[in-house]
Amino acid sequence: MNPSVAAARATFGDAIGRAVEARAETSVTVSAARLLDFMRWLKDTPGQEYNYLVDVTAVEFRDRERPLEVVYQLRSLEHKANLRVKVELDPRGELAVDSVTSLWAGANWLEREVYDMFGVVFAGHPDLRRILMWETYAEGHPLRKDFPLRGRFSRAEQVRQALNISPEAHYSMEELSIAESFDDLPADMRDRLRRGERDVVPGSE
Amino acid sequence: MKHVIETKEVSGSPNFQLTTFQKLVDWAVNQSRANSLWPMPFGTACCAIEFMATAASRFDLARFGMERQAFSPRQADVLICAGRLPFKLAPVIRRIYDQMPQPKWVISMGACASTGGIFDNYAMVQGIDTIVPVDVYVPGCPPRPEGLLYGILLLHKKIKGESLFDAVPRRDEQPLDERGLRLPPAEIDEISEPFGNSVHQFRSS
Repeated sequence: MNPSVAAARATFGDAIGRAVEARAETSVTVSAARLLDFMRWLKDTPGQEYNYLVDVTAVEFRDRERPLEVVYQLRSLEHKANLRVKVELDPRGELAVDSVTSLWAGANWLEREVYDMFGVVFAGHPDLRRILMWETYAEGHPLRKDFPLRGRFSRAEQVRQALNISPEAHYSMEELSIAESFDDLPADMRDRLRRGERDVVPGSE
Repeated sequence: MKHVIETKEVSGSPNFQLTTFQKLVDWAVNQSRANSLWPMPFGTACCAIEFMATAASRFDLARFGMERQAFSPRQADVLICAGRLPFKLAPVIRRIYDQMPQPKWVISMGACASTGGIFDNYAMVQGIDTIVPVDVYVPGCPPRPEGLLYGILLLHKKIKGESLFDAVPRRDEQPLDERGLRLPPAEIDEISEPFGNSVHQFRSS
């Protein structure tokens, strides 16, 4: 068992749920309310120093009674230790946890992916929008168990919605790195970028 | 005897001369077009690896007049969609197709581009013929380079059978209708119907 678990129990008490060791890897459950405190403690406390957030993902189980888990895979580069932190959420209720982007900036896109695929809302995330599906995608969150394999709409409707998207709208101006050269672009491209769903274009009035 | 006399009369008629002239022009134009196709590779998956093998020295696309890979749609004749097409890329391939000058042809390479293949799910276009008109479908998962070459030779054959003076096989622009679709919705749904192993999966599961 990872020694961080015992230290965490001493510090956080009941907020730390069950801890499981499987194949020399420790998973520990924490309440959603104390997640951010716990993560900050794991990252900053001497002796813990989990300074590398490897992955953020989520699991929903076919068994409706089991909670949906948001999973954080942490690694301490100093101590060469791994720790898996899980937060359990009720899949029938509102899915919300605090964002850890204030601790690890790399959580930004990982949390966006979990939001896109599972609909988990990360409070305090600076830019919480879809990352894999396009931003106007209206069928829901594809990796939820109640999501039909082929999507909710008919194929014709899916094709219609896909073809009516402006490809430029997949990207923000910052992502395209042409924000500063906006005025030098051809007029039609400027128009298309302005008309994009994001409609906030830096540099244009 | 009578038959020969008739032929003589016909060969002197203006219609016969016009037809002969048209055939000569068609032959010259079609030979030029078929033997100097400029492919626009649209590679999204493993089929693109096979396409690269086809273009490389062992199989050598250049033997069939495809010396120049046009990575710009404005300078291309044939769009080769190599790999599965997610809905997010549907407007992209449509715009690439629209940007290609006439005459233009499309090769759908591999099972996924032609039918959606194993990806009968929420994210994938079930055959690029719901987005752009397709001339040659190359089966395989992925097709071997010989398969793609055979498809290209079939396209040559198709091009050589076209006529400048016949409006029907000439490439019409086929713009999208007011809904933004290439085909009627019912037809898209019919094309996208599950087949093979996918019929055992319910739409709701």
